[in-house]
Amino acid sequence: MSPSISLTINGEARAVALDDPRVTLLDLLRERLDLPGTKKGCDRGQCGACTVLVDGRRVNSCLTLAATLDGAEITTIEGLALGEELHPVQAAFIENDAFQCGYCTPGQIMSAVGLISEGSAGDDPERIREGMSGNICRCAAYHGITIAVQEATRNMIRTDKEDAA
Amino acid sequence: MPDTLDPHVRFGSNSGQPVTRRDGLAKVTGTATFAADNTPDNMLYAVFVPAAIARGRVTGLDTEAAAAHPGVTHVLTPQNRPPLQGDPSDKPTMFSFRFEALQDDSVRYAGQPIALVVAETLEAANEGARLLNPKYERLTPRTDIDDAEPYAFEAAGFGLPANTVHGNPEAGHASAAQAIDVTYETAPQYHNAMETHAVVAKWEGDHLTLDMPSQAISMSCAGFAYYFGIPAENVTVRSPYLGGGFGSKAIPTGPYVLAILAARMTGRPVKMMLTRQQMFGPVGHRGQTRQRLRLGADDTGRLTVIDHEGIAATSTFDDFVEPAANASQGIYAAGALRSTHRAVKLDIGTPGPMRAPGEASGSAVLECALDELAEKLGLDPLELRLKNYAETEPGTGKPYSSKALRECYAQGAERFGWNSRPRAPGQMRDEDGLLVGWGMGTAFFPCPMFMAEANATLRADSTAVVETSAVDMGQGAWTALAQIAADSLGLPLDKVDFQAGRSGLPDGGVAGGSGHTATAGGALHAAGGDVIRQLGEIAAADPDSPLYGAGNAGFVARDGRLYVAGDESRSEAYTDILARSGGAEIAGNGSASRAPETAEQHAMNAHGAVFAEVKIDPDLCQMRVTRLVGAFAAGRIINPRLAESQLFGGMIWGISFALHEEARHDHKRGHIVNADLAGYHVPVNADVSGLDVITVHEEDPYVNALGIKGVGEIGITGTVGAIGNAIWHATGKRVRRFPIRIEDLLTS
Ligand code: FES
Ligand code: FES
Repeated sequence: MSPSISLTINGEARAVALDDPRVTLLDLLRERLDLPGTKKGCDRGQCGACTVLVDGRRVNSCLTLAATLDGAEITTIEGLALGEELHPVQAAFIENDAFQCGYCTPGQIMSAVGLISEGSAGDDPERIREGMSGNICRCAAYHGITIAVQEATRNMIRTDKEDAA
Repeated sequence: MPDTLDPHVRFGSNSGQPVTRRDGLAKVTGTATFAADNTPDNMLYAVFVPAAIARGRVTGLDTEAAAAHPGVTHVLTPQNRPPLQGDPSDKPTMFSFRFEALQDDSVRYAGQPIALVVAETLEAANEGARLLNPKYERLTPRTDIDDAEPYAFEAAGFGLPANTVHGNPEAGHASAAQAIDVTYETAPQYHNAMETHAVVAKWEGDHLTLDMPSQAISMSCAGFAYYFGIPAENVTVRSPYLGGGFGSKAIPTGPYVLAILAARMTGRPVKMMLTRQQMFGPVGHRGQTRQRLRLGADDTGRLTVIDHEGIAATSTFDDFVEPAANASQGIYAAGALRSTHRAVKLDIGTPGPMRAPGEASGSAVLECALDELAEKLGLDPLELRLKNYAETEPGTGKPYSSKALRECYAQGAERFGWNSRPRAPGQMRDEDGLLVGWGMGTAFFPCPMFMAEANATLRADSTAVVETSAVDMGQGAWTALAQIAADSLGLPLDKVDFQAGRSGLPDGGVAGGSGHTATAGGALHAAGGDVIRQLGEIAAADPDSPLYGAGNAGFVARDGRLYVAGDESRSEAYTDILARSGGAEIAGNGSASRAPETAEQHAMNAHGAVFAEVKIDPDLCQMRVTRLVGAFAAGRIINPRLAESQLFGGMIWGISFALHEEARHDHKRGHIVNADLAGYHVPVNADVSGLDVITVHEEDPYVNALGIKGVGEIGITGTVGAIGNAIWHATGKRVRRFPIRIEDLLTS
């Protein structure tokens, strides 16, 4: 009999039957829950392609066993936009050509969202580069990525201020 | 070949605009479907077992243990593997390599597939593969470039000459007032696209459908058809998105064939995705090289000879050789030129084309050697290059189809501030006490074209559908090609339905050689032109049209209207022309390839100049590239935003080549010890800052109908040498191997 865990994935509460205790969060999303937006680049925590938010923190989903996540809240690239409205990071990635093939992009974007909420980089390019260095882009779209994260950070701070006012 | 562009279209409406990627929304929302994102019903997972030794034989596999693991459905070994209809040692297409598909028990390199496990889940397949626990008979592996005797051969790369001589090199050496004779080495490099090779294979009768990344769709169909004994039209390849290619995804490989075989055997769809570790072996790499460069110059710095010998590693069972020495042909006006290649056969996977194959490794060494010569002559490195500026192609004397290299040097040097560079090394420090060095190199890449075809259909409502099996591996083809297609039809971009990325469309050719936009774009341009020509004929023959009788003047197509060339007061909307003609669609087609006469008459290359600044910790010798300015002249730029990204990407590959990438073999056991992304270094974001790209205006009436030269690969060339030279300029140390490591600077 498969054990079951409850997860909230992109805002939706789900009871997930685990057919195998070895399943990682990445393979759960991609192979079992029809959420293949999260990508596999190395399967061992070396590239960041599989980055998702778990309870608001960025994690490498390939290194996270699904069985350990009972009760967790997961946000993947599929759950970032609000309906038709792109998240500011997504919009900034398009505008600044922060990707080429797009394979690392879901991970880059989730990592950027995590970085911005960590609040440690601000819009300082050097800190952004450092904070985004767990996400490899073989197409080397780094120039655009840094500018996109900078721009999205500023836009989000501005919106927050406006909301507060 | 016309001296001007085909006049039916005015470029600039769509082409030349920095529009964002048409696939951008899909890529930032996670809805772009890469091959392994497909999970059809009833699918099985396949995992291959890589050989742990580099040479010998597999003597035992615990197939019982693997087969007994819950979920495992099949275990394939050379003992029970069903037959293939085509021999894996044959080469059915131009892009074919010999591969292993369990045809016997021999091991030719570490990482070679030696068994395949098929299971209901990925977890079960992985565990089954582990349980096979192979036993081997080992032979001493040969993985060091000194482990075998170099031999001579005829063709380097894909059919390039292995030996080329212009003028008299011996006389060039004899007459040299100053000479250098240096030997450099470059490391084996692995493409490592972020998306590993992946396929979902499905059979329906004798029809095969493959979701897989492919840089060469129709050639892939032909290749797989051959191995499985079916007509090429029975193979459907769907490759809407590639997670990077860089040359490694153009060629059918053993793992793919095994997955397809498993699908045929089981009658179920099969998914296989290579692990990162499995990317180091059966799917190609850039071969290791050792290059000797002998340069001679007269007292004034004019080159009397460039004599470039390359030795490159290849496999024991195939013959792709990195054509590095050819990079010395065609750039500098030396009195004599000689490029020769030899190869050594090692127990490694066969190398293949990797972004700028030959040019990257060859240019790295050539540009460093020139720097060494400049030092000896007491010349500024840029001055040396200008003294040897080639006004016509060295050796052949052919005129260049266009060459704005002088402007690249000037604009790049200006932006970088090159003029204030002290001649001697070790002169500059920054405010933190770091050593600062500046270096430069010339960038150079040929402009090949392949063959491509396209269709275009204009509908009664002034929308159009265009079709070609072109592929977007990140270079932006879907966007740039759609821009060309829209211009060719005189329509706004959003009126054109662009169909590409799968078989069953007109052959879009190969995404490689930096020639895809020119080739597939040329076909689209011609197809659109065919439609407009027919539309013009209809209008000119129609007494009710304001264009009646204007056929001889010709037409210009713009924004859904035809205008009489030279008399813009006369025009008519496509919709009106088509409505009167019965509202029928107009279908056109076109093709593109290089016209042999133009290739005969002109030398065609893209050029550039790269300037690098490095900063080096004087005690720890940690090196950082802090500024990189590249100025490139590459003909018409269809989309400046995407072209800039390509050039940035290439330059960062240059940083990677110079400072990061190296697969290291354990020469005792023969395997690669750093076969993953922790050990095999590529640049991360923190390694990249201060990048600047200039695209220098260049019009080229000869290179192809669109004047496009291509930007995908040139960025690596020039950059590697510029960084190596900057490191010398900072430290006074010449390191003659790439990547340059901290220990190379620590040991003086
Ligand atoms: S796939 Fe998880 S870090 Fe690479
Ligand atoms: S966009 Fe291709 S790997 Fe980042």
